[in-house]
Amino acid sequence: MAPRFDSVQQVRDGLKAVNYLADDGIAGVAFLADRLGKPILVEGPAGTGKTQLAKSIAEMTGSRLIRLQCYEGLDESKALYEWNYKKQLLRIQADKNSDSWSDVHDDIFGDEFLLMRPLLEAITSEEPVVLLIDEVDRVEVETEALLLEILSEYQVSIPELGTITAKQIPMVFLTSNNTRELSEALKRRCLFLHVDYPQMDREKEIVLTKVEGITEMLADQIARIVRSIRQLDLKKSPSVSEALDWARTLVLLGIDSIDAEQAKETLHVLLKYQTDIAKAAKELSID
Amino acid sequence: MIDLLSGFIVELRNAGLPVSLTENLDAMTAISHIPLEDREAFKYALGATLVKNHAHWRSFETVFEVYFSLRGPEYNITDGDGSGDIDDFLRQMQDAQMKGEGNGGAGGMDQLTPEELMNILMNALMNGDQAMMRALARQAVQRFAGMEPGRPVGGTYYLYRTLRNLDLDGMSDKLMEASRQQVGGDLTKLEERLERDEYNHRIEQFKQEVEAEIRRRLVADRGAEAMAKTLRKPLPEDVEFMHASRDEMQNLKKALQPLTRKLAAKLARKRRHGRKGPLDFRNTVRHSLAYGGVPAEPKFKYPRPAKPELIVVADISGSVAAFARFTLMLVYALSNQFSKVRAFVFIDGIDEVTEYFKKTEDVSEAIQRINTEADVIWVDGHSDYGHAFEVFWEKWGKEINPKSSVILLGDARNNYHASQAWVIKEMKQKARKVYWLNPEPRSYWNTGDSIVGEYGVHTDGVFECRNLRQLEAFVEKLA
Ligand SMILES: Nc1ncnc2c1ncn2[C@@H]1O[C@H](COP(=O)(O)OP(=O)(O)OP(=O)(O)O)[C@@H](O)[C@H]1O
Ligand SMILES: [Mg+2]
Repeated sequence: MAPRFDSVQQVRDGLKAVNYLADDGIAGVAFLADRLGKPILVEGPAGTGKTQLAKSIAEMTGSRLIRLQCYEGLDESKALYEWNYKKQLLRIQADKNSDSWSDVHDDIFGDEFLLMRPLLEAITSEEPVVLLIDEVDRVEVETEALLLEILSEYQVSIPELGTITAKQIPMVFLTSNNTRELSEALKRRCLFLHVDYPQMDREKEIVLTKVEGITEMLADQIARIVRSIRQLDLKKSPSVSEALDWARTLVLLGIDSIDAEQAKETLHVLLKYQTDIAKAAKELSID
Repeated sequence: MIDLLSGFIVELRNAGLPVSLTENLDAMTAISHIPLEDREAFKYALGATLVKNHAHWRSFETVFEVYFSLRGPEYNITDGDGSGDIDDFLRQMQDAQMKGEGNGGAGGMDQLTPEELMNILMNALMNGDQAMMRALARQAVQRFAGMEPGRPVGGTYYLYRTLRNLDLDGMSDKLMEASRQQVGGDLTKLEERLERDEYNHRIEQFKQEVEAEIRRRLVADRGAEAMAKTLRKPLPEDVEFMHASRDEMQNLKKALQPLTRKLAAKLARKRRHGRKGPLDFRNTVRHSLAYGGVPAEPKFKYPRPAKPELIVVADISGSVAAFARFTLMLVYALSNQFSKVRAFVFIDGIDEVTEYFKKTEDVSEAIQRINTEADVIWVDGHSDYGHAFEVFWEKWGKEINPKSSVILLGDARNNYHASQAWVIKEMKQKARKVYWLNPEPRSYWNTGDSIVGEYGVHTDGVFECRNLRQLEAFVEKLA
């Protein structure tokens, strides 16, 4: 299969064209993932654009995004495939007296009764696909094993049907909020990308791109204030999405350039804990 | 190149990073797709294939700098077989030496007076001119560090010499003053703060450039392998609580956050497993298909067992203060995993501090207050485990019940007082579990005035707990 990207720079530009501002690390790892045919494990603080990265790569490459949202208790039947047991039961009922059990068995375990779940869907797709396995740290370690075959061989074995092999190698993103250590086996198969809070300049760019009607001046101030606040020892540092919420709030209030009073009154959009708000206000001398 | 890369990977392993064979091969493949002159992409290609734990990134960067700092067009060093680079460097350095303080022949910057140099630096910082800052860093090292080939002196010494000549401490004030002049008046307090943060950020960047330049020269002089060895530092999870430097403390604190999230999730998950609960209808029917629709294999949901109670009793005397601090933070971060957490601290007296944590959401503040306000001194403020335990038993002993797990924290250095180990024995009889965490290396236990063994026999286990790795391993056991 032909590579999707010619250069790291092309990834960066392409992402920018769909309003995602990548840094060297993000663009570089996405480029490599395509070249090496390997999944990317994306980790980092909440709200730093991990999920958005997968979506934006899909948009940029004109691929369909297939998303598997992970949660505790997620199993094969939700991730991979399930037999449509209602339909199967009906079929069994209908044939009660006519066919032998082995005929019925072969029949009810055919394509017609198979319900595709995201993983199977992703590897059987004819069109280009980006597979997003979101918040993979939420599933149990045992469930991870499910992913391994797919992520290394791009194939799925279904006992009743045999092995299904991918028609094309999809771009795969796994995101993690690092609530538990993922297994070594899984990590070995992936490229690792830590997406941290952006540098000030990039954050300003993100704000400018994503918030309609914002002035350059305000975007600059927001990026600076957010950077200063992130240096404090807080319960929860402001994320990119919170910075964006804050920017939108300020724009709605018709503010072009923020002063202490306005900052103080809207700080609760940026910070979630009362103690953090008080601390930040004090540090920035806006209390 | 291949040699350089395998040396690099050997050093990563020496630094403690777990690099597997597959990852090693992946790294080789990865860099074959990257244009070699793109140093950033090269770095991320190696990072993405070799470092799968973000806490290890700093160690990776250090090794990367050492092994690959001589690459890249911005340093005018050709991609030769390695030895050419070093000769080049040494020649450059000797040139610099010959020329002395700025009275040499060639090169624009060499001719500047120190005052002129400072002015240019200030301007570069003022405008955030990265290229100029880098050039100045090189110049500063050349002039002030006094580096000589083969001299067995560490990088910090050269850094100190260079920075001493640059007076960066006063720089941020000077820049602020210039800023005020530029706007022609006072800045608001908010503007002051943001402006100062920006300048401090640039000054920090400049310092890093100086450091990087010194490192490059040292690598050129001594070779990558030797340099990497001197720079080797323990990974965050291996830093000893009791001997952490301020910088390492800072890192430890950062590492503690994801750790607590991880542990909390793990504890919650663990408690949900094990026993069987009510029938899971959907799951049962699904599995019945293999039996022609007969529900031959019933499936069950999992119930939530009751949360345990936790009682923490921590020595906060000077010798173990840093350790106690981490453990208290950890315990409190996990408090929603326990139905009740009670905390006690002692030196020679003992006090309950549970309320301190309730009053504020800020753990650091709570610990700060505990250290200043808790009533933990009875006679002289030297550890007396025996007395503290006795008082604990008298006042709170009856509240221990079969649901409580007790964690005792300390080095058990009792200043030769009576041990009153019977308290622990009684405790063990009433509680679900009693554990002891000791921040000292095992080989020091029961030497001098340490009597951890005397207490330990009555517990469910004494654990060496010198670093995050061991602390994490212990908490995983807890559930
Ligand atoms: N580099 C970026 N360029 C453009 N938008 C960004 C960027 N980073 C973050 N955002 C925006 O920030 C918001 C949060 O991003 P996203 O939901 O992807 O975060 P996340 O890292 O997946 O968070 P979580 O860990 O909570 O799932 C989105 O609205 C996204 O568009
Ligand atoms: Mg997300």
